[in-house]
Amino acid sequence: MDTKPRFLTILDGVTGVLFVIATAMVFFYAPEETVMGQVQRVFYFHVSAGWVGMLGFMVAAIAGVIYLRTGRHNWDIVGLSAVEIGMVFAFINIVTGSIWARPIWNTWWTWDPRLTTATIMELIYAAYLMLRSGIEDPDRRARFGAVYAIIGFLSVPLTFFSARLFRTIHPIVIGTNQPGATGAFDMTPRMLQTFMFSLFTFSVLFADLLWHRIRLGKLSDRVEQLKLKSMA
Amino acid sequence: MNPLMEPPTLNPPASTLDMPRSSIGGFLRALSAVVWKDLAAELRSRELLSAMLVFALLVILIFNFALDLEPGTRATVTSGVLWVTFAFAGTLGLNRSMAMEKDRGCLDGLLLAPVDRSAIYFGKVLGNLVFMLIVEAIVLPVYSILYNVNLFNPGLILVILLGSIGYVTVGTLLASMAVQTRTRDVLLPILLFPVVIPVLIASVKGSSAFLQGLEMADIWPWLNLLIVYDVIFTAVAFMVFDYVVEE
Repeated sequence: MDTKPRFLTILDGVTGVLFVIATAMVFFYAPEETVMGQVQRVFYFHVSAGWVGMLGFMVAAIAGVIYLRTGRHNWDIVGLSAVEIGMVFAFINIVTGSIWARPIWNTWWTWDPRLTTATIMELIYAAYLMLRSGIEDPDRRARFGAVYAIIGFLSVPLTFFSARLFRTIHPIVIGTNQPGATGAFDMTPRMLQTFMFSLFTFSVLFADLLWHRIRLGKLSDRVEQLKLKSMA
Repeated sequence: MNPLMEPPTLNPPASTLDMPRSSIGGFLRALSAVVWKDLAAELRSRELLSAMLVFALLVILIFNFALDLEPGTRATVTSGVLWVTFAFAGTLGLNRSMAMEKDRGCLDGLLLAPVDRSAIYFGKVLGNLVFMLIVEAIVLPVYSILYNVNLFNPGLILVILLGSIGYVTVGTLLASMAVQTRTRDVLLPILLFPVVIPVLIASVKGSSAFLQGLEMADIWPWLNLLIVYDVIFTAVAFMVFDYVVEE
């Protein structure tokens, strides 16, 4: 517990190397998209960041269920860690999306279902953090956090469907597009390879960060206990 | 299996032990007791309903100036104005209804009662739903008179009922969490609004579809969404409520 596990150090190194390779692939391996040009390259990390965001929120909801069933404090740390990481990546997803949307859609922002859902998702998890900060009792904080992580995650697909009943202009690169989507393109094999590699890299990055954050959570719990012990 | 090996039954038959949790009848009795308690308390003090009502009317008044509700624009924004009003008045009522339980120690008393916790939850939901529906039943005709719009439409009432159910099921659960925190008064809307967005979107679109007299084929998706939301969140709230009130 005290010393950093060796496997974590190895994972740090692997993540770093993967990230360098992914960046190089995005800029030098993937071909330039003919219609949109260089700005299309943001797509690889944009979708990957969105994926990690969703993954984080899903892990938080699952950790919430397990926490409520077992009552083991470690699962609460997992949930909180996953939400924090998910929020950062969901934000990266929104920012990179805006950078792409400015030249392609001619606007930084539009109330498209995906954009709306992404915003509401961020607000849900901001509320999650505010809820936690308003409770002193660690046991209750963990229980309420778990309940809210479950409810919040369940509402996300419904928010998406309700927003989708309006017409969308967001392109769907994988699957079929609705008529009216702007900025769609077909991926060449090299693009697909770059995309898959980015997804993989971001997933590894997520695992690495989650591990670090869980360790940090456990250590801060230790500090808290030692503080209480030294005061008593 | 050898009948002698059968473990002795520890529980006496339900009829000899009059435990309310053992039967559906007992569950309904406990539930109606909680609802009745809320209604009786409200009937005597009238503090919750009057606050919600005056607040709702004030919101409509503010919208009148903020949006300049002229006859031309009115038709398209009516359902939006109504739902914002219901949502705001709703948080006020939910907060008050749970804070009352918490402040006077009533919640502890309720939890000590030998009844299923879900009976308490559904009792509170029904009580809050009744308050919300009363407010809506008063706001609708008032809005009709003030702005000369006919709001007596059975479809609209169905949407309002479905939307209120979804709003109150999630709202009651989150309000019982919010009252147990330090920042309780500000926390409820922050917790509630992002989660009930689907209800609000579907209710606004459904209401305005009924008011504009659209085809049922255009309205069904919204009604379906409301029903799905109500079912999912009633089930989830039923499952997690125990963890929210546990001490």
